[in-house]
Amino acid sequence: MSDRAPKTTLVVNGRARELSLDPRTTLLDALRDHLDLPGTHKGCDHGQCGACTVLIGGERVLSCLALAVMHDGDEITTVEGLAARAGAGDAPEALGALQAAFVAHDAFQCGFCTSGQLCSATALLAELARGDLSVVTPDDDTVRVTGDEIRERMAGNLCRCGAYPNLVAAIAEVAGQGEEGAS
Amino acid sequence: MRPFGYERAESAVAAARRAADTGATFIGGGTNLVDLMKLGVMTPERLVDVSRLPNRDIADADDGGLAIGAAATNTALANDPRVRERFRVLSLALLSGATPQIRNKATVGGNLLQRTRCPYFYEVGLPCNKRAPGSGCGARFGRSRDAAVLGTSEHCIAAHPSDMAVAMVALDARLGVRGGDGDLRWLDVDALHRLPGDRPDREHDLAPGDLIETVRLPPPPPGRHVYTKVRDRASYAFALVSVAVVLAVEDGVVTSARVALGGVAPKPWRARAVEAALTGARATWRAFCAAAEAELAPARGHGDNDFKIPLARRAIAGTLAEAAGIAPEVPTGGRRATP
Ligand SMILES: Cc1cc2nc3c(=O)[nH]c(=O)nc-3n(C[C@H](O)[C@H](O)[C@H](O)COP(=O)(O)OP(=O)(O)OC[C@H]3O[C@@H](n4cnc5c(N)ncnc54)[C@H](O)[C@@H]3O)c2cc1C
Ligand code: FES
Ligand code: FES
Repeated sequence: MSDRAPKTTLVVNGRARELSLDPRTTLLDALRDHLDLPGTHKGCDHGQCGACTVLIGGERVLSCLALAVMHDGDEITTVEGLAARAGAGDAPEALGALQAAFVAHDAFQCGFCTSGQLCSATALLAELARGDLSVVTPDDDTVRVTGDEIRERMAGNLCRCGAYPNLVAAIAEVAGQGEEGAS
Repeated sequence: MRPFGYERAESAVAAARRAADTGATFIGGGTNLVDLMKLGVMTPERLVDVSRLPNRDIADADDGGLAIGAAATNTALANDPRVRERFRVLSLALLSGATPQIRNKATVGGNLLQRTRCPYFYEVGLPCNKRAPGSGCGARFGRSRDAAVLGTSEHCIAAHPSDMAVAMVALDARLGVRGGDGDLRWLDVDALHRLPGDRPDREHDLAPGDLIETVRLPPPPPGRHVYTKVRDRASYAFALVSVAVVLAVEDGVVTSARVALGGVAPKPWRARAVEAALTGARATWRAFCAAAEAELAPARGHGDNDFKIPLARRAIAGTLAEAAGIAPEVPTGGRRATP
C-alpha cells in the first residue's frame, strides 16, 4: 500500500481521464478544476443542497462529499454527458428526454441547481423502473409514479428559485405519472 | 482541509492491522467524515479506505437472522427484500434518513459511527467538550434545540443523529468487530456507544484499528414494525424525535415490545422502561401513555429543547398505537388526555 495514490483514472462521460491528485481533492473539484467540466455546480460544498449531484456507475451521489482518489476506475456521468447517455448524441445542442421536459415545463429559473436536478432525476427514473423503495412507498411495496414519490425522491435537490412544481411536472411527464414500476 | 495520506485496504484484516499500526482513520462512504474534515472538526493524518472491501453482502444467517457486511450501502440495505419483509423497521428507518444521493454512498459501518450534528461540535471556534475536551459545553446554556434530553451530562448534551442505528438497537443487532490483532469479536449494538459522562470525546469503546466488519440481526421479534420520525421539514432533515417499534399484541395483551428512540439521547436509546411497562399489559392508549411517561421521567430539557420531552412522549404513544392498530384518544375540551 502506498501513501499517495499517484494516479487516479476517472472515466468521465465515457472518456478515461488520468489525473495526479492531492488526496484532498473532492470529485467535484476534480471535475470542475482539473477536467474543465464546470457543469457540475458547487452550492454548499457540505452535502446539503444537491447541486453537485453526479452519477457514479449510474447511481446518483454528491460529488462534494466524495474524494476523487476513492473513485479510481469508476464511470462518472456529469450533466455534460447526459444527452449522450440518453441516446440523443453528443452535439452541444443535443437534449435527452428529461432535459427537453425541463425546457418544456420551465423547470428552472436561474439554473444554478439544474445540472444537479437533471443528474438526480436521471437516476430517479432508473430507481423507479427498478422498483426501489422510498419512505412514502405504500405498505404493499408497489412503487407508483406519483407526485409524492417524486417529491420525496428529489428532496435532496434544493432549488432556491422554488421551481419545484415545474420540476415535478417535468419529471412526472418523463416517468409517466400513474404508472407502476416493478414491485 | 489538513493534508492526509490515503490508502485503500485489500481486506478487513489488512485494514484493521494497518489502522492499528498507524493510527489511521477508516473512511467508508465519506459522507460524514469528508464534511467534518473540510470544517477542521476531524483532522486525520491518514485514511484507510474501507468502502470497497468485500464485506458488503447481505446474507441469510443459519439462525434465521441476517448477516450484513458493514460496507453495504444504506440504499442496498433498505431495499433488500429480506430486510423489507422481516426487519421492516430497519428499512423504514434507513429510508427516513438523508437522501438517495447520500444513502447510495453511506455505509452501514459509517452510519453507526457518524458524529453528532450539534452546532457547537461543528464550529471549531465554539466551545465543545466532545471536539475540544475542557473547552466547555456551548449547547447547555446556548442553542440546544437539537440536543438530547436523556442520558446527558453536565459536560455534553449532544444527541446521536442516526436513524438506522435506532432500528438496529430495537432489533438487538450484534456487531462483528475486527481488531488490529486480526481477531473478530462480538459486541451488542446497544453497547457500542458510551454516554458522555465526563468524557464526551470518547463516544464508543472501539480501539484504534477496530473495524466494524459485519452486523448480525438475530431472528426478528414478533409483531408489527413502525418507524416514526418527527422533524422540521418533511424530508432531508435529522430527527427531532424518532421512535422505532416492533410490537406484538395477542387478545388485546402486549406479548412482545421492542422500542428505541432517536434524537433524544447521546446514543440510539433503547426504551427499556416502555418495554418493561408494556410487556404483559393490555394494549390500550392509556397504557401506552403511561409507558411513555415512565421512559421520559428522568428527562431534562435545556431551554430550547424542552419541547422534545412532551414530543417524545406523544411520539412513543402514537407509534405504539399505530403498531397495535388502536386509535389514539384525541384530547377533548380543557383537560388533556395525551401524555
Ligand atoms: C445533508 C445530510 C443529511 C443527513 N441526514 C441524515 C438523516 O436524516 N438520518 C441519518 O441517520 N443520517 C443522516 N445523514 C448522515 C449519514 O447517514 C451519514 O453521513 C452516513 O451514514 C455515514 O456513513 P459513511 O459510510 O459515509 O461514513 P464515513 O463518513 O465514511 O465515516 C463516518 C465515521 O465512521 C467511521 N467508520 C466508517 N466505516 C467504519 C467501519 N467499518 N468500522 C469502523 N469505523 C468506521 C469513520 O472513521 C468515521 O469516523 C445525513 C448526512 C448529510 C450529509
Ligand atoms: S454542493 Fe454538494 S450538496 Fe451542495
Ligand atoms: S433554478 Fe435557481 S436554484 Fe433552482
